[in-house]
Amino acid sequence: MTATFFANARLIDPVALTDAPGAILIADGVIKEVFEGHPSAPKNANVVDCGGFCLAPGIIDIGVKVSEPGERHKESFRSAGRAAAAGGVTTIVTRPDTTPAIDTPETLEFVERRAQQDAPVHVLPMAALTKGREGREMTEIGFLQDAGAVAFTDCDRVVTNTKVYSRALTYARSLDALVIGHVQEPGLSEGAAVTSGKFASLRGLPGVSPMAERMGLDRDISLIEMTGVRYHVDQITTARALPALERAKRNGLRITAGVGIHHLTLNELDVADYRTFFKLKPPLRSEEDRVAVVQAVAEGLIDIICSMHTPQDEESKRLPYEEAASGAVGLETLLPAALRLYHADMIDLPRLFRAMSLNPAHLLGLAAGRLLPDAPADLILFDPDAPFQLDRATLLSKSKNTPFDGARMQGKVLGTWVDGQRIWEKS
Amino acid sequence: MTFRAKHLLGIEPLHPTEITTLLDLADSYADHNRRGIAHRDVLAGLTQINMFFENSTRTLASFELAGMRLGADVMNMGMQASSIKKGETLIDTALTLNAMRPDLLVVRHPHSGAVDLLAQKVNCAVLNAGDGKHEHPTQALLDALTIRRAKGRLHRLSIAICGDIAHSRVARSNIMLLGKMENRIRLIAPPTLMPSGMGEFGVEVFENMEEGLKDVDVVMMLRLQKERMDGGFIPSEREYFHRYGLDAVKLRHAKPDAIVMHPGPMNRGVEIDGTIADDINRSVIQEQVEMGVAVRMAAMDLLAQNLRAGRKAVMA
Repeated sequence: MTATFFANARLIDPVALTDAPGAILIADGVIKEVFEGHPSAPKNANVVDCGGFCLAPGIIDIGVKVSEPGERHKESFRSAGRAAAAGGVTTIVTRPDTTPAIDTPETLEFVERRAQQDAPVHVLPMAALTKGREGREMTEIGFLQDAGAVAFTDCDRVVTNTKVYSRALTYARSLDALVIGHVQEPGLSEGAAVTSGKFASLRGLPGVSPMAERMGLDRDISLIEMTGVRYHVDQITTARALPALERAKRNGLRITAGVGIHHLTLNELDVADYRTFFKLKPPLRSEEDRVAVVQAVAEGLIDIICSMHTPQDEESKRLPYEEAASGAVGLETLLPAALRLYHADMIDLPRLFRAMSLNPAHLLGLAAGRLLPDAPADLILFDPDAPFQLDRATLLSKSKNTPFDGARMQGKVLGTWVDGQRIWEKS
Repeated sequence: MTFRAKHLLGIEPLHPTEITTLLDLADSYADHNRRGIAHRDVLAGLTQINMFFENSTRTLASFELAGMRLGADVMNMGMQASSIKKGETLIDTALTLNAMRPDLLVVRHPHSGAVDLLAQKVNCAVLNAGDGKHEHPTQALLDALTIRRAKGRLHRLSIAICGDIAHSRVARSNIMLLGKMENRIRLIAPPTLMPSGMGEFGVEVFENMEEGLKDVDVVMMLRLQKERMDGGFIPSEREYFHRYGLDAVKLRHAKPDAIVMHPGPMNRGVEIDGTIADDINRSVIQEQVEMGVAVRMAAMDLLAQNLRAGRKAVMA
């Protein structure tokens, strides 16, 4: 197989945390060699001139909702895969909150087959932790793991029965299975549409105290300590939860945490006049919370940034705010939105890719997510400065529910490679 | 022309001069109503549809009467029993009604923001008759007119709003309006019925009713929204009445000439003592109802003028 040489690149290395000129040689789907500066291309290699633009490990997005099975009109593996490729996401880790939930090896195999047929990117499925995500009985964690489930989660549903939850966590620990939890005190957050505070009061919308997230986290930290499970928090979005997370990590618990890109780049005031595309779960937070969480990502306390890609059709959003569905699509806007933090000097590019590529790979035990020899050649080439105004009609996702419609953004993916194969090229 | 709004969705978007314009017109309608002077030409040829997705007796009657007095063709649609039950979305209902070409659409809806959403989809003037816990602008305007007539002014007054503020759209609209007109606002409620972040609205917050009522010019009581109580906000009605119900003893902390208001319907013996409510020297509750018709006449008159001006501009 012929080698490909990426010349004249600006290498974003999330391991060494460097951002410097360099080149990469790939062959047989893996990275062969990484060079500093401007070396000349080896003979017989195809040359990709990166033109001085950024070359980084492809994004690994944990928590993507592909609406198969059940709601293929909202998103299919084909559309999600194309959206991922266009957005620089080379691995999507899918959520099991489909209809029906992915809670049996049979459903999981269906998903894997569909992904194999239709998606140009790597697809790693997660499975439900409890049957039907109902919080009553654990799923066949062992069989599901054998069938390829990389993590177990009930997504945005909290397992309220702590006895059921502790048994599931204990069982998962015996298989060294990764559990992903949603931290939220369910009684306090019931019926809430926004975060409580001045804005919620002004709009007359039911709010939830940001403290509900800390309460959920505190409970789960106790359970991690009790069971020894390997645990990842899907989203930490409030300042008040950060000290608890920091303590748990310092105490040596096997806990990591993520955050959705929308909570890093938007705040509660963006909801404005009941704009339902900004209705998320958990709801958008105050600006103080947003800044604290960005800081936590920069410092590495929060490990992972994800898109929390949640397709919703027009009908489920064209409703009064309280009745409208939650969630936003994010595969194609994850990178340009994350680059807002870079352009605002809040976080540098290597640390962004540590949170979007390297840390997710670590968590899932993947060799990807880094620019090192023998790592898979999952690469993206992007121009971090290219300005554009987002028109949601141009999104490749079947659902167009993005809060960034009409927003001025910077950052375009110029090319995406999966296992050394080019799957996306900017037209 | 100092009233430019196309819809009356809330007090928040109104400018103080628009509020004054509306109140001035309502004031004259109130006098004419008392003297029996009819204005059947004002909305003649226009269609007013009252679309209530939530139960209402007095607000619906008030809007209906206001429309009739101005000569509009008025139609009431009780939406609880209607197509909404058949699964039609709010927007489809709005589009269907819009196709019938109404001129004025009066809407009440149980969800905050629903009337704004509906207003984006229709070509007529929309009046918010109460949306969830958000706004109830005509109630705030009729309260303002009542205060202005009783006190001779609508600025630099000390006004207490007491009771279930958390579930009250009336309270939100009143806080907006009275704040815009530069009054001193004091909110009094048990902490469980006080929405969070109220201190940031430029109002004073009290948990003790006697302290809160000290030297106020106006005492505005709110209905304890029992139907919205989905779980233990207060220990009992009798304890609530003891601590937050308006009686003669608590009212003594207000100014001697303070007026007592209530948007109705009242829970006598829960938030207000019956004798206070009936005291013609203190209570302006009946006047509020009367002003309600006048304010709604003024609001529809002004919106209809803007609607006609807009249509003329399109034709020209």
